[in-house]
Amino acid sequence: MADTIQFDLVSPECCLASVRADSVQIPGADGDMTVLAEHAPTITTLRPGVVRVEGPEGTMQFAVTGGFADVAGAATTLLAERAMPLSEVTAEVMADLIARAEARRDAAKGTAIDDAAKQVADLITLRERAVE
Amino acid sequence: MPSLKDLKNRIESVKSTRKITKAMQMVAAAKLRRSQEAAEAARPYAERMKAVTGGLAASVGTAEGAPRLLSGTGADQVHLLVVMTSERGLCGGFNSSIVRLARARIGTLLAEGKTVKLLTVGKKGREQLKRDHKDRIIAHIDLGAVKQVGYANAAGIAADVLGRFDAGEFDVATIFFNRFQSVISQVPTAQQVVPAVLDAAGEGPDTLYDYEPSEGAVLEDLLPRGVATHIFTALLENAASEQGARMSAMDNATRNAGDMIDKLTIRFNRSRQAVITNELIEIISGAEAL
Repeated sequence: MADTIQFDLVSPECCLASVRADSVQIPGADGDMTVLAEHAPTITTLRPGVVRVEGPEGTMQFAVTGGFADVAGAATTLLAERAMPLSEVTAEVMADLIARAEARRDAAKGTAIDDAAKQVADLITLRERAVE
Repeated sequence: MPSLKDLKNRIESVKSTRKITKAMQMVAAAKLRRSQEAAEAARPYAERMKAVTGGLAASVGTAEGAPRLLSGTGADQVHLLVVMTSERGLCGGFNSSIVRLARARIGTLLAEGKTVKLLTVGKKGREQLKRDHKDRIIAHIDLGAVKQVGYANAAGIAADVLGRFDAGEFDVATIFFNRFQSVISQVPTAQQVVPAVLDAAGEGPDTLYDYEPSEGAVLEDLLPRGVATHIFTALLENAASEQGARMSAMDNATRNAGDMIDKLTIRFNRSRQAVITNELIEIISGAEAL
C-alpha cells in the first residue's frame, strides 16, 4: 500500500482521526492543497476551511478553524486548534466562531486587520459549505 | 469530664464528617480519572507542537529579525509570574506548594532588583499571594465556573499574556503549576513560556521541509499557539494534581476520622461503665446502710 498515507488529525483536546488515506485536501493559508503519497515534506499554516480525507474507508470531512499541517513523506499530521466532523457543525457553532473572529477584527490594529478580516471571510465561507 | 450525652454527640458529628470526606474522596477519584484522560488526550498535540516548533526555531532562531516571542525583548527586567492554583480548597498542600515555589521565586527576583508582576489563575493562590504581594498582582483569571478545563480557557489566558507581552508590560513570563506524578505526589513546577524555551536536543529537522507561506510566517503563527499549548498542558496537569491531592487529603481525613471515632467510642464506653459502677456502688452502699 505504497500509495496511501497515514493521516492524523489532532486537536488539543482529543485525537479526531487516525486513518490511512489516499488523498487529503488541506485548506492551507496560501490556498488549498491536496496531499498524495510521496508529497514533498511541507509545513503549512491553515486557514478556516474544510479538510477532505479520501481513503479506502470512504471520504471524511472535517471543519477546522486554524492550526497547521505537517506533511511528511508517509504521514500527514494536522494540528488544528478546533476541529470537528463537518456533519457536526451547526449554525450556532459557526455563529459563535464568526462573532468571535469579528470581535478580533474590530480590535485589531495595523496589518493585523487584513488577516483578521480574512479569518472572518474564511469562516463565513466555511459556514456556507457546512450548513448547506 | 464530658457527659455521656456530649460524647455521643461528638461521635455522631465525627461520623458525619467521615461520611463527607469519604464522599469527597470518591468524587475526587472519579474526577481524577477524567482529568488524567484529558491530559493524555492532549499529549499528542503538545508533543507534535513541540517537535515542529523546535525544528523550525532551530533553523530560524538565531537569524536576525526572529520573532520576539522566541528571541525575547533583549531584557529580563520585568518578570511576569503566572501562578495557577485551584478554585477550591480541601486538597491538602496542593495550593500551598505552588504558592511557596512562587514566593521563593519572587524573593530571588526581587533580591536581584527585578520587577515582578503576578497573574493569578484560581482563587486559592490569589488569596494566599494577596497577603504580602497585593500590589504586584496585575490580573486574576477566575475559572470557578469552568467544570472541565478546555483549550478555550487556555487560549484565553494565553491571549491575555501575549497581549501584555506585545504591550511591553513584561520581558519574561513563567508559569507555576503542579505537575502530576501520582496520587500522592505532585511536583510544583516553574516553566518559562515567554520567550519560548526550546529543547536544544533537536539539532535540526530530520527532513527538509517546505514552508508555506514562509518559515518566518509559520513560526510567527506557531509560537503563540505554543504558549497556549503550554498553558493548556499546565492547566490539565494542575487539574489532575488537584484531584490527586484532594483524594489523598480526603483519604487521610477519612482515616483520621475513623481513628477518632474509635478513641471516642472507647471513652464513651469507659464513661458509661463508670456511671454504671457508680450507680451500683450507690445502691449497694445504700442497702448496706439500712
